[in-house]
Amino acid sequence: MFKIVAKKALNPTITQMDIFAPQIAKKAEAGQFIILRVDDDGERIPLTIAGFDREKGIVRIIFQIVGATTMILNRKNAGEFIKDFVGPLGKATKTNGLKKVCIVGGGVGCAIALPIAQKLHNSGAVVHSITGFRNKDLVILEKEFRNCSDNYTVMTDDGSHGRKGVVTLPLGELLVKNEKYDEIIAIGPLVMMKFVVEATRPYGIPVTVSMNPIMIDGTGMCGGCRLTVGGETKFACIDGPDFDGYAVNFDEAIARSKVYREFEYRARESCNLFKKAVR
Amino acid sequence: MSIQRKKHEMPLLPRESRICSFDEVALGYSEEIAIAEADRCLNCVNQPCVRSCPVNIAIPDFISKIKQRDFKGAYDIISENSLLPAICGRVCPQETQCEGSCTLGIKFEPVAIGRLERFVADCNINSADKINRIESKNKKIAVVGSGPAGLACAGTLAKKGYEVTVFEALHRPGGVLTYGIPEFRLPKYIVEREIETLKKYGVNFVTNTVIGKTITVDELFEDGFKAVFLGTGAGLPRFMNISGENLNGVYSANEFLTRVNLMKAYEENSNTPVLRAKRVAVIGGGNVAMDAARTALRLGAESVKIIYRRSMEELPARKEEVEHAKEEGIEFDVLRNPVEIIPSDTDKEFVGGIKLIKCELGEPDERGRRRPIELPDSEYIIEVDSVIIAIGTTPNPLIRSTSSDIKFNMRGGIIINDNGETTKSDVYAGGDAVTGAATVILAMSAGKEAALSIDEKLSK
Repeated sequence: MFKIVAKKALNPTITQMDIFAPQIAKKAEAGQFIILRVDDDGERIPLTIAGFDREKGIVRIIFQIVGATTMILNRKNAGEFIKDFVGPLGKATKTNGLKKVCIVGGGVGCAIALPIAQKLHNSGAVVHSITGFRNKDLVILEKEFRNCSDNYTVMTDDGSHGRKGVVTLPLGELLVKNEKYDEIIAIGPLVMMKFVVEATRPYGIPVTVSMNPIMIDGTGMCGGCRLTVGGETKFACIDGPDFDGYAVNFDEAIARSKVYREFEYRARESCNLFKKAVR
Repeated sequence: MSIQRKKHEMPLLPRESRICSFDEVALGYSEEIAIAEADRCLNCVNQPCVRSCPVNIAIPDFISKIKQRDFKGAYDIISENSLLPAICGRVCPQETQCEGSCTLGIKFEPVAIGRLERFVADCNINSADKINRIESKNKKIAVVGSGPAGLACAGTLAKKGYEVTVFEALHRPGGVLTYGIPEFRLPKYIVEREIETLKKYGVNFVTNTVIGKTITVDELFEDGFKAVFLGTGAGLPRFMNISGENLNGVYSANEFLTRVNLMKAYEENSNTPVLRAKRVAVIGGGNVAMDAARTALRLGAESVKIIYRRSMEELPARKEEVEHAKEEGIEFDVLRNPVEIIPSDTDKEFVGGIKLIKCELGEPDERGRRRPIELPDSEYIIEVDSVIIAIGTTPNPLIRSTSSDIKFNMRGGIIINDNGETTKSDVYAGGDAVTGAATVILAMSAGKEAALSIDEKLSK
């Protein structure tokens, strides 16, 4: 059993939880993930680690309420327990040798992008950050990004906060200005990552993307998380979750992410939260 | 009295009630049938069955005890060599082991040794209640993985007084016995029972811990473990690398079975989804393929086809599983190889069909199995809504990240010496992690052998 030591709603559909898991906190690195199961009948879901405190033994997760499991998880409060919590899984994001980086985060993906931005910032790299959301109610981690970025832009689709438009708009401007990034790290919805790759392609700057497909075990056993990368089948759980954005077959990944959409819809229909939430 | 030519039939769940439930299909012998079957044993001098058993159970001796109605005595004899009799009696490929060499089998059907083993184990399922803890040697041993190899290693060492901790990556112990083999073939209470028995011997189970990630092998030694056994299995599913393999509706057998067995996706209220396809093709001819096919049927499929590239003769699955599958209505499309998985016309993201090519058998390969040869221009398409790939697995690669001192062979298996020790001192390995996908009994045997080597080294 793993204790929830703190819980905070970052916006109506995104929740942050600090979990007491000292063994995992000891090993965790930015870019890795955990798999959790809320209770005995629960589903196993992967969540990328959004932060950790090795001394306090805490692993931070930030999740969007999208289906039955995240809904059940969101009903838990500080002081309560999660049944299973395993990790850190996958490979850490490579930050060695990076001097100037542009971090692009979309929606809940910003939660995963933040520890990478912070790590790079703390190691002395120049960090430019762009985060995008649907509207002002859904903006998260704005202050945190501002604190670790040399240049920060927040975007909303409807212009209700920050600039209006998608993340590739300011990214394109920075690229046109001939910003010499060693790498662009994009974490967010598949469509966003796909278009970050397309926007960057003419400039030949490496793009790393963090994939978050459907998973069960997280140890290479089921193959449910498989992706086509550079024409080869790769498992996100053990080969990733970070991949070369240019090599990922995004269209296939987008199709695969929808395999259980009917199950998710069914869960949402029975939840009032979604009737109110801004979608 | 003349000997009955055939084995006593295994009482089975009727076909109609099978395909709509996950209840165990083979119901087990009654005392009367077991004794009658035991009477078929000739008690021959040669005892070829003992030599053909990977763990050399004294088979004629335990069968003699059954004849005398001493079922506890029979259990004690089996337990001298086997740690998981209730499981092996159910899942061993007896026809290529003990029963395959039975003297009676030369003229008639062999003695139903597997069924008798299961009978004895089931009769004594509560025997663990009487276990007394062995005096501790105060030496800690770590076992990585709680499948058959790990359980056998842990059990053997615990019975010798070692303090054994078993680390399991998933939330429930048992490895393939839990996530892979379905309830209708190996009820999970049997696996839980065997694990409870080990706990009574003092084995400590730690779930949710991935060795190599959460804790490394080196850290286990720092924590005071004197030896480490790696029984991490052959967890990585193989794919065919054909077009359409990543369409929605294409599963590895591991994923499909894990969703159903471990995550109970067949239950109404399960939070884990699984696609319930109407027309299913299962690629492969082993036990896992049979398990996947029969599971798909129970989830409501109207048609399930096994696609296998050799003929019925070469099917590697246990004979009994093939028979049960046929009885339940699984179709066998043999001498067929998949060429391409085709998207559905109505939803291009989902499977709609599979293109197969006909094969014939050529010359035997290096393992003596006749090689399938594809017949030119013989392709055709069958319509299916789901494809389950059960063409085998390779050793789990995660353990490689744990320690650079452990060396692997070309196929990804851990290299060990005759004592089961890896290239890193005091780290042992066995089971599918070494050999690639094999059987429960071979893994169990390897776990036991490694345990004996560990004991020998630590007793010096």
